[in-house]
Amino acid sequence: MIPAAFDYKRASSAAEAISLISQYGSDAKFLAGGHSLLPLMKLRLAQPAMLIDIGRVKDLSYIKDAGNHIAIGALTRHMDVETSKVLHEHAPLLSHAAGHVGDSQVRHRGTIGGSIAHADPASDLPATTLALGATYVVQGPKGQREIAATKFYKGFLESDLAADEMLIEIRVPKMQGAGWSFQKFNRRAQDWAIVGVAAWRRKGEAGVALVNMGSTPILATSVASAIAKGASISDAAALASNEADPQSDLNASTDYRKHLASVLVRRALEAASK
Amino acid sequence: MTITENKPTKIIGTRLLRREDPPLLTGEAKFTNDLNIPGALHLSVLRSPFAHAKIKSIDVSAALKIIGVVAIYTGKDLQSAWAAPMPCAWPVTTDMKNPPHYPLASDKVNYVGDGVAAILATNETASRDALDAIDVEYEPLKAVVDLEDALSDKNIIHKDLGTNKSYTWPLLVEETPGCVEEAFKKARYKVKERYVQQRLIPMAMEPRAIAAVPQPFGGDITLYSSTQIPHILKVMSALTLGIPEQQVRVVAPSVGGGFGSKLDVYAEELLCMALARKHNTPVRWVEERSENSHATIQGRGQIQHIELAADEKGKITAVRVRIIGDMGAYLQLVTPGVPLLGAFLYAGVYDIPKAYDFSCTSVFTNLTPTDAYRGAGRPEATYAIEMAIEALAREMKIDSFELRKRNYIKKEQFPYTAFSGLTYDSGDHLLAAEKAVKMTDLAGVRAQQKKQNVPGATKLLGVGMSSYFEMCGLAPSRVLASLNYSAGGWEAATVRVLPTNKVQVITGTSPHGQGHETSWAMIASEKLGVAPEDVDVLHSDTAISALGLDTYGSRSLPVGGVAIALACDKVIEKAKLIAAHQLECAAEDLQFAGGTFSVKGSPDRALPLAAIAFGAFTAHNLPDGCEPNLEAQVSYDPPNFSWPFGTHMCVVEVDTETGAVKILKYIAVDDCGNQINPLIVEGQVHGGVVQGIAQALFEEAVYDSDGNLKTATLMEYLVPAASDLPSITTGHTVTPSPTNQLGVKGIGEAGTIGAAPTVITAIIDALSSLGVTSMAMPASPQTVWRTIQEATRGGKK
Repeated sequence: MIPAAFDYKRASSAAEAISLISQYGSDAKFLAGGHSLLPLMKLRLAQPAMLIDIGRVKDLSYIKDAGNHIAIGALTRHMDVETSKVLHEHAPLLSHAAGHVGDSQVRHRGTIGGSIAHADPASDLPATTLALGATYVVQGPKGQREIAATKFYKGFLESDLAADEMLIEIRVPKMQGAGWSFQKFNRRAQDWAIVGVAAWRRKGEAGVALVNMGSTPILATSVASAIAKGASISDAAALASNEADPQSDLNASTDYRKHLASVLVRRALEAASK
Repeated sequence: MTITENKPTKIIGTRLLRREDPPLLTGEAKFTNDLNIPGALHLSVLRSPFAHAKIKSIDVSAALKIIGVVAIYTGKDLQSAWAAPMPCAWPVTTDMKNPPHYPLASDKVNYVGDGVAAILATNETASRDALDAIDVEYEPLKAVVDLEDALSDKNIIHKDLGTNKSYTWPLLVEETPGCVEEAFKKARYKVKERYVQQRLIPMAMEPRAIAAVPQPFGGDITLYSSTQIPHILKVMSALTLGIPEQQVRVVAPSVGGGFGSKLDVYAEELLCMALARKHNTPVRWVEERSENSHATIQGRGQIQHIELAADEKGKITAVRVRIIGDMGAYLQLVTPGVPLLGAFLYAGVYDIPKAYDFSCTSVFTNLTPTDAYRGAGRPEATYAIEMAIEALAREMKIDSFELRKRNYIKKEQFPYTAFSGLTYDSGDHLLAAEKAVKMTDLAGVRAQQKKQNVPGATKLLGVGMSSYFEMCGLAPSRVLASLNYSAGGWEAATVRVLPTNKVQVITGTSPHGQGHETSWAMIASEKLGVAPEDVDVLHSDTAISALGLDTYGSRSLPVGGVAIALACDKVIEKAKLIAAHQLECAAEDLQFAGGTFSVKGSPDRALPLAAIAFGAFTAHNLPDGCEPNLEAQVSYDPPNFSWPFGTHMCVVEVDTETGAVKILKYIAVDDCGNQINPLIVEGQVHGGVVQGIAQALFEEAVYDSDGNLKTATLMEYLVPAASDLPSITTGHTVTPSPTNQLGVKGIGEAGTIGAAPTVITAIIDALSSLGVTSMAMPASPQTVWRTIQEATRGGKK
């Protein structure tokens, strides 16, 4: 449980963080809530030479109503996402999903930006923001750019973020009263999902994303287009794994995962249709 | 300071809050790794990444260059440090095979986690860094992982033994020769079942921690260890290291759980002691979590074959059992004895004739050694007989509770001499079972089940049951001798009334979560008529509590607690002589109640214990020949095992689409005789039930075919948390033990013994309409879902 030796700098602003990461390059890692990175370091599976602590960059923790969307600062803790009145009103699926991340201690430390930037397909918030059609705002040495969630996830723990870029904001479109459901299937409440489903539904329209059903969070576009074409929920749910390519692990084989995905998508769409 | 007054105390049976809790909850309690030991060197152990491999070479040169690294030792370097191999105290048969086992492997490693080199450094970071810098060349060998594969002897792990079989231990009890075979021939009903007891990792929340300090208070060495067994560890470590026993002191500070995993003599304890002596400097070590998964013993690991023969009424006429036990790579302290602890219990709570054929063959594998884990042998046995009873009920197409009722040993049969010759001193199985049935509202659940489990339903209700008998206390010593166990089963206690009438109780038990300080104080309080807060309980330091056999096997109360009551009696006996002398009456004219001696018939002629204690201290006015001070010591060897029993039931809902199992209701009716503190009894039952549910639904040490542990961290090894568990409803019947004055029986393991079969039988009950008749443990959602798929594919739905 003792990590390999590393150096440490604390950034007080996003600009300083980016300048530091540009300086130290690929040997450096951002440290936000630390809930993904520190366990890997303690097991010595990750051995960054430099940690750039962005945990105290104050101006990145906020949840704001920005008209068509809600803007969430990357350093906003899961607990704040979970309990935000603004999100309860405009993006209840996201605040509900945030309440399922880990346990209460994790939710007080972990951040939405850290979770998304880590790009773990088994995490709840990457898939949830994907289902909601979120846009991520990243900042690099040359300024800011926006990346659609659909373009962000590139592979297992790989994203479109460049080494010298930092995720600073998550923009979630308002749900406009859409029905929604978050289905997390696991063996213990605090675990990662074996399979998770984030779904919303309005008349003739649906968005469904899957947790832990491939090397990235998966947007179940076949399900959504089947619903748009008027298919029944169970017929649409049978297509849950069309875009997925799930792994086998101790908790679930590939075929069991696919089966679970269909069951959970069906349940999610049923709940979202109520 | 004032002199404590004596007053009548009725404290036994009350829900006194645990005095242990405030320091534990506020972080005041000191665990081994909290001890501040200036100048201590830190030990790290380099462990084998291979389950089976030859060690070709070890290059430590780069590691030695790390700043802070003091020394590195390989197995060969330390060979001369050991006077004997690591101990196995239970040679179950005279021809048992026991490969030599040293704290570090020298030529060959036999499981992932086997120690290869010991690093000493001035700080933890340097010793950890050095692990990555040692270069070991291995020649991997074929790993033996599967029990049946081990039994075949295709690949032999310990070549010198010529076989992977450690021993075969038979127990054949026949009224007439051949009667078992005869019973099976004549049986109207027969069942033949196979069960797998998966390997479990005990996962005490405090991993092991050790500090060995040379000569802090004279003698040779003091060993601080997170152990359940300071007394046994003292003698065993002295023998292994060749140190005179009187010069070794062992202290167990606060210990954060054991469940049997700290009932052992471990390589790291011996390494810390040997290296502390070699360097004449304190040496300490603390285990990492994944190290705990690999290098601390594991539990269970058996394949069980059980056959029952029954007559037309379902009365069991014979039991046949064949076990393969997984010893792992080496024999630890009581590894080979674990299956024997269950050997007498495969007839469970049932009245069977002398027609019992048990045999266990235990084998070596290239896996972490197994040893006693909560229940040790008895949960396995109970699981097998209770699952087989369910199978028999299915075969007969009758209700399994009805079948149990036909076979229970009846209340009026106690004391009951079992087929084995053991005497079950007391019991009332039907009473406990009927109470559980009532608390479960079995009729109501069955009615609801009828409504809910209709064709096409995806949420199916099931109800499960298991009745158990536990053989615990793990004494008398003579019976342990007949099982070839190397130690006895007695326990020691000293009770000392100080001049101010405060009381010291010194016990040989070694609590690590059980609340002994509270319970033992309650016993002395009630006996002596002092308030419980005026009683201190000293334990877990061999310099203070010189005699003892420690804590395991639900023995502490029925052996150690009774020893305290007996020591109190001896104190009272002595005090009575002093009281008679001072009151100028005959001792037999005195009565003792509420802490005061009074002359029968003239209650105003009285002396409180406080006055006698002070008088015994001043020794100004003692009867002739009476020694000063008020203190007594007892070593108590009980006349029989302790026989708690009970029935557990639960109601589950199985989601047939996902395989998820939800326990809706869990009822535990346990009979541990009289209860000293019902609050502590409930806590023990809750913890035990949770560990049983964990085996049924969550936990398994999963290995791949090369012997790599895939569940080494708490992310993969699924210890359930409160949020994953049902509320547990406890109920009790009280059948006092007739063999001890407190009427108490053990309760530490009961919950674990009852829970696993209760949960699994409930799942099978829920899925019976789909044709499911068996369920592997752990019944994970995937396992349940697959079992449903296989059953329904069979065309029964």
